Amino acid sequence: MNDGLPLENERQMQEEIGQVQIFGDFNEEVPGSEEYLVIGFSPGSMPLKQRWRNNGLSADFLAEYLATFFPGNEEDTIKADKTIEVKSAVSYVANELLENAMKFNDETSQQPISIKLEMHNDRLIFFVKNSLKPKTIAKFQSYIQELLTGDRDELYIRQLEHNVQDENSGSGLGLLSIMNDYLATVGWKFEASSKNPEIMTVTTMVQLDL
Amino acid sequence: MEIKTDDYSVAYEPATQTVNFCGSLRLSGAEEYADITQLLNQVADQAPENINLDLQNLEFLNSSGINMFSKFVIKVRQQGNTGIKIQGSKKIPWQGKSLKTFNDSCLVCS
Repeated sequence: MNDGLPLENERQMQEEIGQVQIFGDFNEEVPGSEEYLVIGFSPGSMPLKQRWRNNGLSADFLAEYLATFFPGNEEDTIKADKTIEVKSAVSYVANELLENAMKFNDETSQQPISIKLEMHNDRLIFFVKNSLKPKTIAKFQSYIQELLTGDRDELYIRQLEHNVQDENSGSGLGLLSIMNDYLATVGWKFEASSKNPEIMTVTTMVQLDL
Repeated sequence: MEIKTDDYSVAYEPATQTVNFCGSLRLSGAEEYADITQLLNQVADQAPENINLDLQNLEFLNSSGINMFSKFVIKVRQQGNTGIKIQGSKKIPWQGKSLKTFNDSCLVCS
């Protein structure tokens, strides 16, 4: 008999154990990188509209910074083209991930948003972390299931058709284009914030082969 | 018809039936893209024989922008009287990756 244990405690215990949910390819411990860059944002500091340009600026900065690791020279056009392609991919992917993080972040949570770019020999890895409004999690996770298990080309067309009808929701094309057009591998980790277990966070991991 | 900001410009050239896009388009959603959508719709409403979308100087486009273009291409195809041509540049890598999607989107109407 444990009728002495109030329900409230039971709930807290469950939260302390911390339910971590993983979707897709997610692995925070990929070995072999000492080289990375992290940018943090404090979302409460300014209205989203005023901060929007920061997404593109940060994405371009990550891309420029990374390009220094790809020493091109003007005679080697293949190398130079590769650098331009990688820069463009980093800029697109980072911008989309930041746009999503800013849009879906729970502004009441005080949880910072971060983007990390890791440089590996054979690939680049992005980690973007943000909080989520609890109400949006179920819908997001079912969309993730569709991304992972469905026919993504078909999903793309379906999403476009849906967008013609519905002007107001997001385009739903960001993650799809990252996976389809940039052939990136994507994974997600949902967990309660370590500082405040009532807040749910998602970390999105995107791997781009070089 | 022209829209110009620090980040991008969109301008229609009636003589060549071309809408020129320059710069970086990374607006936050359909609402923010409404001015550009309106400009494109005005061009389509004149029912020219062809509309050329010249993206050769458009360095960046986010997924909301891809959405805007795709929707416009679908709309024009559905109207049926106007041909649509998209000009991209091999020098700008996103175009090689994402422009094929615009072509795919035409499958919706065929």
